[in-house]
Amino acid sequence: MSSEATAAGSARTVLTAADIDRALTRIAHEILEANKGSQDLVLLGIPRRGYPLAQRLAGKLAATDPSVTAHAIVGQLDVTMFRDDLARQPTRAPERTQLPVTGIDDKVVVLVDDVLYSGRTIRAALDALVDLGRPRAVRLAVLVDRGHRELPIRADHVGKNLPTSSFEKVRVRLSETDGADEVLIEAAQ
Amino acid sequence: MRHLLSTQDLSREDAVRILDTAEEMAAVGEREVKKLPALRGRTVVNLFFEDSTRTRISFEAAAKRLSADVINFSAKGSSVSKGESLKDTAQTLEAMSADAVVIRHWASGAPERLARSGWIDAAVINAGDGTHEHPTQALLDAFTMRRHWSRLAGSDSTAADLAGMRVAIAGDVLHSRVARSNVWLLKTLGAHVTLVAPPTLLPVGVEHWPCEVSYDLDAVLASGVDAIMMLRVQAERMNDSFFPSTREYSRRWGFDDGRLAALDALGLKDTIILHPGPMNRGLEISSAAADSPRSTVLAQVRNGVSVRMATLYLLLSGDLRRTAPTHGVRAVKIPVEIPETAL
Repeated sequence: MSSEATAAGSARTVLTAADIDRALTRIAHEILEANKGSQDLVLLGIPRRGYPLAQRLAGKLAATDPSVTAHAIVGQLDVTMFRDDLARQPTRAPERTQLPVTGIDDKVVVLVDDVLYSGRTIRAALDALVDLGRPRAVRLAVLVDRGHRELPIRADHVGKNLPTSSFEKVRVRLSETDGADEVLIEAAQ
Repeated sequence: MRHLLSTQDLSREDAVRILDTAEEMAAVGEREVKKLPALRGRTVVNLFFEDSTRTRISFEAAAKRLSADVINFSAKGSSVSKGESLKDTAQTLEAMSADAVVIRHWASGAPERLARSGWIDAAVINAGDGTHEHPTQALLDAFTMRRHWSRLAGSDSTAADLAGMRVAIAGDVLHSRVARSNVWLLKTLGAHVTLVAPPTLLPVGVEHWPCEVSYDLDAVLASGVDAIMMLRVQAERMNDSFFPSTREYSRRWGFDDGRLAALDALGLKDTIILHPGPMNRGLEISSAAADSPRSTVLAQVRNGVSVRMATLYLLLSGDLRRTAPTHGVRAVKIPVEIPETAL
């Protein structure tokens, strides 16, 4: 357990760096299997931690299938302006939306996020996608599904199902954004 | 931020945040569907007591791209011409539950009055008040310069400021709210600003502004500038003769073909020419300069929509009642109209 996690006191590590890597490897294979190959695949990460996850997944796809160029199929999809809680939260600054040069029309878009919780972020992402083009299909890959859905949304590929209480906080840390790979559960304060 | 009244009370952090948000908004303008649902159900009122083309259209386009409802109000053809006061007009807007009021007024300080009087609850955005400030214009100018310079440097403009850049602002500084807003904002962002104008077109107290002042455009160009901003000669605000003739003005302080050639001769190949518009071609700027590749006049108009989208978004999204007002409602000294004896 890292020193930060110990400092947080009530935090408990549920996925280590090796667990995260294995989960992503499995998801990459699942994506290829479900898509019957790598054709027309586009991975869109939702900021902030969905994007590095999408990059890693693309790297794993490229490692499995030499016809895939990792950076050419990865993009970032910002959903800030499409959220349904804009009027209830402090102002959020929008992040960058960046699509692969091929665009998303008639592609199979895999949305990638770190934690699936209420499903509202994914709802916003689906709305954002509609304004950018018309994919052939949209799928969802998440590292952690912690339950407590508020909308009829489910993930196609899940790294780990994590039954949680809604009072707990699931914290995903990635080396790209936080300096280390781990998933923690923090108890209610 | 609760209101946007002046660039004087914008911190560097606030300004960079607006510019960064504008950068993301600009990307929306390049898409097929140029619309975001962020301000659905919000109402933005354009309250214009003074003529304007690009600012009003720009705010209208910005609000519509964010899905807000827009009500345009111009003093001409309204009850203002029957003598209705600003207070009564404002309270009418309040009764129509406006969420933001974009105000342009001929009186310096009118937006400040609207924001601080308690007449209305809406966010107030200053779209130009008298000879005081025009903050969104300064923000779009800064945005244009930042984009240009980061493209030159080959870097991402996000989170960048204008540190070390040399900007000359030339022309009718006295009547220019654009110049005032720019001086403060560019200073906050770290640029070095030089004002160039005939002595008669410089306001009293300009020596206390955070910039240098020169009377000689050629000397300033020769000293090296990264951007030169030409101001419009505001004939409609001039009730006195501030310079002997338009010919003399254009020869000494206008950006003419000779000065355009001088930029090349000086080796300033990356210097851009800004103008807030509308241009008096042949007076403060020559047609060749206005249409040259150095001119960013049209880019400024395009960027204006992005910057105003960012401003509206940052002021209107989020729970206004829970976030404490920070900047914008601070007391700001309003410049007094300059008595003619002072000139």
